Amino acid sequence: MRPTQYTYKRDNLIQSEPNKFRAEELKSEEMIINLGPQHPSTHGVLRLEVLSDGEIIREVVPHLGYLHRCFEKHAESLPYNQIIPFVDRMDYVAAMNSEHAFAMGVERMLGIADQIPKRVEYIRVLVAEMNRIASHLIAVGTYGLDLGAFTPFFWIMRDREHILRLLEWVSGARMLYNYIWIGGLFYDLPVGFEERCREFIKYFAPKVGELEKLLVNNKIFIDRTAKVGVLPLNLAINSGITGPMLRASGLRFDLRRVDGYSVYPELEFEVPIGEGKMGAVGDCWDRTWVRVREIYESLSIMTQCLDKLEGEHKRTREFDPQAVVPKKIRPKAQELYVRAENPKGELGFYFRADGKSDIPFRCKARACSFVNLSVLPELSKGVLIADLIAILGSIDIVLGEVDR
Amino acid sequence: MKVAQSQPLLKNLPANKMPELRAIVNDLITHVTGTPAVEIMNSTPPGFVIPKEHLISVCHQLHQHSGTYFDMLSNVTGVDHGPETGTMEVLYHLYSIPFHASIVLKVILPREGGEIESLVPIWKSANWLEREVFDMFGIRFINHPDLRRILMPADWIGFPLRKDYHHEETYRGIKIDY
Amino acid sequence: MKGLLDQQFEQGGIIITKIDDLLNWSRLSSLFPMTFGLACCAIEFMSTGTTVYDMDRFGMAPRATPRQADVMIVSGTVTFKMADRIKQLYEQMAEPRYVISMGSCSNCGGPYWQHGYHVVKGVDRIIPVDVYVPGCPPRPEALIGGILKLHEKIRNESRAKPTAIEKLTGQQNA
Repeated sequence: MRPTQYTYKRDNLIQSEPNKFRAEELKSEEMIINLGPQHPSTHGVLRLEVLSDGEIIREVVPHLGYLHRCFEKHAESLPYNQIIPFVDRMDYVAAMNSEHAFAMGVERMLGIADQIPKRVEYIRVLVAEMNRIASHLIAVGTYGLDLGAFTPFFWIMRDREHILRLLEWVSGARMLYNYIWIGGLFYDLPVGFEERCREFIKYFAPKVGELEKLLVNNKIFIDRTAKVGVLPLNLAINSGITGPMLRASGLRFDLRRVDGYSVYPELEFEVPIGEGKMGAVGDCWDRTWVRVREIYESLSIMTQCLDKLEGEHKRTREFDPQAVVPKKIRPKAQELYVRAENPKGELGFYFRADGKSDIPFRCKARACSFVNLSVLPELSKGVLIADLIAILGSIDIVLGEVDR
Repeated sequence: MKVAQSQPLLKNLPANKMPELRAIVNDLITHVTGTPAVEIMNSTPPGFVIPKEHLISVCHQLHQHSGTYFDMLSNVTGVDHGPETGTMEVLYHLYSIPFHASIVLKVILPREGGEIESLVPIWKSANWLEREVFDMFGIRFINHPDLRRILMPADWIGFPLRKDYHHEETYRGIKIDY
Repeated sequence: MKGLLDQQFEQGGIIITKIDDLLNWSRLSSLFPMTFGLACCAIEFMSTGTTVYDMDRFGMAPRATPRQADVMIVSGTVTFKMADRIKQLYEQMAEPRYVISMGSCSNCGGPYWQHGYHVVKGVDRIIPVDVYVPGCPPRPEALIGGILKLHEKIRNESRAKPTAIEKLTGQQNA
C-alpha cells in the first residue's frame, strides 16, 4: 500500500469549487442546500447548489467537473484508432453509439466512407440500436429509482443483462466494447447470433409493455412528472437541446432521419414526439414516454437489420470485417464536424487534422448531456425540491459525457 | 413541425442546403463587415473567417435573417496553434433547422490576452460552451454572464488544452504524474 | 421441524467460540456499502447489486450516507476535484471501515495514467485501500470475488494486543 499523500487544509473544499451564494448574503428566509457530488441518485458525481425559499427553489447552480478525465488531451496524443476506447468511456451506457459517431467522422475525413461494406454498416446499426435500448432502459429505470419506485429498476437491470450478454458475445466486453473500428469492426458476428437476437426481441417486447404499465402509466408517476419541468420549444432550440428532450417538446427532429447517415435511410422507423398526453407538451412525462416509444422503434430497426443480415448480406467465408481498416490513418489537412444521434441527443466530434501526422491536431467532443444539462437552471425556477429531482432525472445525463 | 425526410438509398451525404445558402451568407457577411467574406479552406461543413469586431453583428444577422435562420448553436470550440504561431481560434458551429444547413464561423485571436464578444444574448447554449473554452484555453468572453471555470477546480493553475501546458508537480499534496 | 440453527445448538443453545470469530463473522456478514459510484464501474456495481448477481445475499444493502456504511466501494475514476470530497467522506465513515478500490481507474489511474492531468493515479493516494479489484470495468463476478477477499481479510482480524514487536525484542533480549 502506497502511503497516502493528501494534505488536509480547512478550506480545501471551498477553494476548489466555490459556491455562488454565500451564507452572509442571504435573506432570512433563504437557505443554501447542497446536493453534493455523492448522493443516492444514480446519475453520477454532479453537484447542485440550490438556493431555496423553504421548499421552493429560487435558483439552481450546477457544478461540474468532478469526473473530468481529459479526453481531449488524450485525443491530442494518440493515433485515431487508439482513441476509440476513450470515446466509449465518455458515454459509458451507450458506448457503441459514441464509437459509431467517431468512426464515421474519421472515415469521412479519410474519404473511405462509401467503401465500407454494407454488412459492416448493418452490424454497426444493429449493435448501436441494442445499445440505444440499453441506454433508454437505464434512463427510465433510474428515473423510477429517483422517484422512489424500486421495482422497475430491478426489471430493467434483468433485461439489460440480456443485452449485455449478447454484446459480450459479439465484442468480448460487457460495457466498454472497442468494437466499432475506423473502417470496419473488430470481429464479425458470431455464428448463431441472429437467432439469439431474435429470441431476445421476442422475449423483450412484452416486457416493455409491462414496464410501461407499471411505471409510465402509473398514477403516482404521472402525478409527479406531468406538467413538471415544461420545456418550451423555442427555449429548447435556443439552448441547443437535442435528442428525446427536443422531440418531447414537439419537434420531430431525429438526426437518423435528418442527416441520413449510415444505412438509416434504408430502414423504416417512426420518430415519436411528445404530444402532451398527460398535461403539457414537453414535460417530464413526455420525455419518458418518448424514450419508451423509441425502445419499440429500436426493436423494429433491429428486426429489419437482422432480416438484411440473414438475407442479402449473409455471412460468407471470405467476409473480413477489417478489410477496409487502414493500416495508417493519416487524413489530409482539413477540419470536419460529424454528428450522430446518441440515445441522449446529438453527439458531435470536431476534428482538425494537419495532414502531417496520424494524431489529430484537435478533437473536440460536443457532448449531448453537457448541453442538455445547461437548461436545468432555467427549468427549475420556482419548483419544489422534489420536482427538481424529477426534472434532473428526465434530462437523462451521464456524467462521463458531461465532464468528458 | 415535420422536417423533410431524406431520400432513401443514398450513397453520399444527403443534400445539405448549404450551396444555396452559401451565396446568401456570403452577401450577409460582406454587407456587415464591409470586406469580402473569406472562406475556410477544406472545411466540412463550409464556413467563413470573421474578424473579431464583427462577430456579434454577423451572428445576429444569421440568426434573424429570413433566408438563413440559424437557430441552433451546436458547438463552440477553441483551437490552439502553439506558441510559435502565436494564434488561437474560436470556432462556432451553427445549424439551421428550417433550412437543414450547417455553417462554421472562425475567429482568430492572439494567444495572450485574447478576448472576444460573448454570444449568450443570441443563443443560450453559448453559456456553458464558452465557459468551457475559457476553462481550457484562457480566452476571455466579454459580457458573459458567469465566466468562471467549469470543469477544472477553481484554484487550478494553467489552461490545460494549450499546446505548451505543463501541469504542476502536486495538487493538494498529491503527485499529479503517475 | 427443526431449523438449521436449532440443530446446531442442541446443547441447550450454548456456542463455544472465540470473541474474534464471532465479531468477525458478524461484521463480514453484513457489510453495508456506501453508494459511491463515480463512473462506468458504478454501472457494474449497480448490476452487482441487483438481479442476476445479487449482492444482498451477502448481506450487503447499499446505504447512501457514510455514517451508516461499513465499506466504501470506490468505483470509477478519481479526479482531483473529487479528491477532497472522498477524503471527507472517508473521514465521516465510522470504524470499522473498509475500502474496496474497484476498477483500474481507482487502482492506478487506469487508461488515463499517461496524459490525465486531472486524474488521481490511484485512490490509495488519498485513502488507505484494503482490496483492489482489477478490470475495466470489472465483471460483477470479479467484484463479488473482491468482496469475498475482503471477507477473508476481516476473518483474520484480531482483537488481541499485537505481539510481534514484543516477540522481536524479547528474542533480542534473550
